[in-house]
Amino acid sequence: MANESSHIIAAIVEHKPGVLYSVANLFRRRGFNIDSISVGPIEQGDLARMTITVKGDEKTVEQVVKQLNKLIDVVKVSRLDPAKTVTREMALVKVHVPDTKARSDIINYVDVFRGRVVDVSQETLMVEITGGSDKIDAFIDLIKPFGVKELARTGITALSRGSKSVRIEE
Amino acid sequence: MSGAQALIEALERQNAKVIFGIIGGAILPVYDVLYDAKIRHILSKHEQCAAHAADGYARASGKPGICMATSGPGATNLVTGIANAYMDSSPVIAFTGQVSTYTPNSSYAIGKDAFQEADIIGITTPITKYNYQVAVAAEIPKAVMMAFHIATTGRPGPVLIDLPKNVQSDTAEMEFSDEVELRGYKPTYDPHPLQVKKAAELLVGAERPVILAGGGVTSSNAFEELLELAELLMAPVATTLMGKSCFPENHPLSLGNIGMHGTREANQLILEADVLLTVGTRFSDRSTGRLDTFCPDAKIIHIDIDSAEIGKNVDVDVPIVADAKRTLKAICELVIKQLKKREDSVWFKRVKEVKEQLQNNTMPAEEGKNLKPQTLLKELRKILPEEAIVTTEVGQNQMWAALHYKALKPRTFISSGGLGTMGFGFPASLGAKVACPDRTVVDIAGDGSFIMTEQELACSVIENIPVTVIVLNNSMLGMVAQWQRLFYNRRYSAVKLGSTPDFVKLAEAYGAHGIRIGSIDEFVKAVKGAIKSEVTTVIDVPISPEENVFPIIPPGRGLDEVVIG
Repeated sequence: MANESSHIIAAIVEHKPGVLYSVANLFRRRGFNIDSISVGPIEQGDLARMTITVKGDEKTVEQVVKQLNKLIDVVKVSRLDPAKTVTREMALVKVHVPDTKARSDIINYVDVFRGRVVDVSQETLMVEITGGSDKIDAFIDLIKPFGVKELARTGITALSRGSKSVRIEE
Repeated sequence: MSGAQALIEALERQNAKVIFGIIGGAILPVYDVLYDAKIRHILSKHEQCAAHAADGYARASGKPGICMATSGPGATNLVTGIANAYMDSSPVIAFTGQVSTYTPNSSYAIGKDAFQEADIIGITTPITKYNYQVAVAAEIPKAVMMAFHIATTGRPGPVLIDLPKNVQSDTAEMEFSDEVELRGYKPTYDPHPLQVKKAAELLVGAERPVILAGGGVTSSNAFEELLELAELLMAPVATTLMGKSCFPENHPLSLGNIGMHGTREANQLILEADVLLTVGTRFSDRSTGRLDTFCPDAKIIHIDIDSAEIGKNVDVDVPIVADAKRTLKAICELVIKQLKKREDSVWFKRVKEVKEQLQNNTMPAEEGKNLKPQTLLKELRKILPEEAIVTTEVGQNQMWAALHYKALKPRTFISSGGLGTMGFGFPASLGAKVACPDRTVVDIAGDGSFIMTEQELACSVIENIPVTVIVLNNSMLGMVAQWQRLFYNRRYSAVKLGSTPDFVKLAEAYGAHGIRIGSIDEFVKAVKGAIKSEVTTVIDVPISPEENVFPIIPPGRGLDEVVIG
C-alpha cells in the first residue's frame, strides 16, 4: 500500500484482565497490522501503558486511534511523533560460539553496540542489547554468521521527549 | 444479600420491567429470585429470539431491552441477537450464567472445560459495546449500573454481563449507588460551536440542500429537530434503512430511503445536492453505493456521536461529533436567524417535480393473477393506524416494506439493518408489542425468514403477546433468487423452499390463528381481523416466486446506476 509507514501509539488502559484481548481483537477485526505491542503497569493506580507500533497510511492510523478510544477500558490514546520521541527495545540473543576466535569477535561487537554479555556457556553467549529497533536489527545481522540459537525481543516502548506526557490527570 | 438478589434489586432500581430469556443450570440462582420478583419474565423458545425480542423492545420504546440465558449453548445462542443489536446500535443488555469461578470439586469451574462452559466474554468481545465477567458477588450492583449506563449512552449498543454461578449464590454486603464513573468512557454530547456555525453557514448558503438521516436520529430522539430544520431549509430528507420512520414519509419533503433498494427520487436528488447534511449514519455500503460517485461535488456535514464514524467511509467537510438532537437544535437556532422560509425555492420545485415524476413508476405493471406484494403493502398502510409498529424480516419482504410501506411516526419501522438477520422480525415484533401493548404490531415476513424463528409462536400464545405476521410466501429465498436471476444467469442454487410448511396449519398447531388469502379484498379483511384479534395471527400470502424488488442499484455500483426492472 502507498504511504505505509510505521506509527507509534501510546495507550493508557485499565490494568485488568481482558483488556489486552480487546485491543488485540480490535486490530485483528479491523485488519490493522500490529508490528509490536508492549504492555506494563504504570505508576498511576490500576493503569497500564501499551506501546503499539502499527504500519499503515495516515487514514488507517487515524482509524486505529479512534477505534482504540472507543474501547471502554482504554482511557487515553496518543500518537507519538517519531521525531520527538525516545524509543527503545531490548533483545536477548543467544549466539552460538564455535571457537575462541568467534567468542572474542562477538564480545567486540557487543562492546561496540553497548550491549552486555549476561550468560556464558561452553558453546553459547547470551547478549542483552538495548536501543532503537534499527540498532538491534543491525546487531543481529552482524552476529547471524555465528549462528543465532535463540532470540527474544520486547517490542518497542516509547516516551515523548520534554515535559509533554501521556498520562491521566487526577 | 446474595448476588442473584442484588442483580434483581439492581434491575428494579433501573426500572427494568421485562426480561426475555431461557433458564438453565448455571443461571438457576437468578431465576429463583426472579420467581418472586415484580419484573416480568417472558420465556422465549430459543435464546436468539430472547435477544431479538429485547432488541425489538428497545427500538420500540427507546429503553434498554434485557435478555438472559444460561451458560454454554444458552449464551452462544444469544450471539446472533447480540451481533444484530451491535450492528444497529441497539441498547440490549444480556445476562448470562457461567460455570463457577471455584467449586469444592475444581473440575467444575471456569477454565476447566466444565459442563456447559463457553467463553462468552471471548466470543462476544467483538460484538458488544462492553462485556464483563463479574468476579465476586459484591460487584454486581456496580456491574448492572455500568451495563445500563454504557448500553444507553453515547452511541448505544449491547452489553453482556457474565455471571458465574457461585457469584449469583454467594452473599455479600451490597452497595447500590446511582453514580457511575468510567474514566475511559465520556461521550461528547454538545457540539463544538464553531462547527455548528460552519454547518449553519453552509446550509444557509446552499442552493440544493439535502438531509440524510440515519438511525442516530432515532437513537437520540431528534425527530422534532430534524423536522424543524428540514422545514426551515426546505431541504428534502432521505433516510437510510435504519433511519426509516425518523421523518414522516407523507411529508412533502420526504424522499424515502436511499441506497441499493432506495426510492428513485431519493437516489436521484441526493446526487444533485450541493450541501449534504448527514445525521447519525455510518455511510454503509448498502446506503451509499460506490463511494467515488457518492455526492462527489457536495459539501458534506456529518453529525455523529461516534467519532470513529467520521471519515471512516466518506471524507467530510464539516465533522461534528455530538448528540444529534442537540446539534440539530443548535443548527436550527443559527439558521432561523439567517433565513426566511423558502417554500417557493427553485430547489423545492425541483424536488416536487422529481417526486411526482418518479414516485409511482416503481410499481409493478397491473395485477395479473398474482398478488403483488407492493400493492398489498400500500393497502396495509391504509389499514394500520399511524402509530402501528411494523417489523420486518430480511430480504425481499424487507425491501418491499421499506419501499412501499410509508412509516409516519417515530420508531414505527423496526428492521435488521447492518447484520441483515433473517428471523429477526418476528421475535422483535413480540418485544415491540410487550413495550407498546396498546399498539398494533405487524411483522412483514418472508417464508424463508419466518421459518427461522417461527417457534416463537408458542411464546406469543403462552405469554399472550398478540401480533400479526404477514408471510409474503414465494416458496423461495427470494432475495437471493433475485440476485441469481439478475447476476447468476438464473441458476437457482439452493433457494427453493417448496410449499412446506403449511403456515396456516403451523399457526394452528401453536394455538395461533392462521389464514391464507388469495385476493386483495381477502388480505384487507384478514389484516383487519388480525389486528383486533387477541391471539397472534399468521396471514399466508402466496406471491409469485418471480417477483423482484425494483429499483435496485446493483452491488458495487453507484447511486446513479439504478435498474428499474
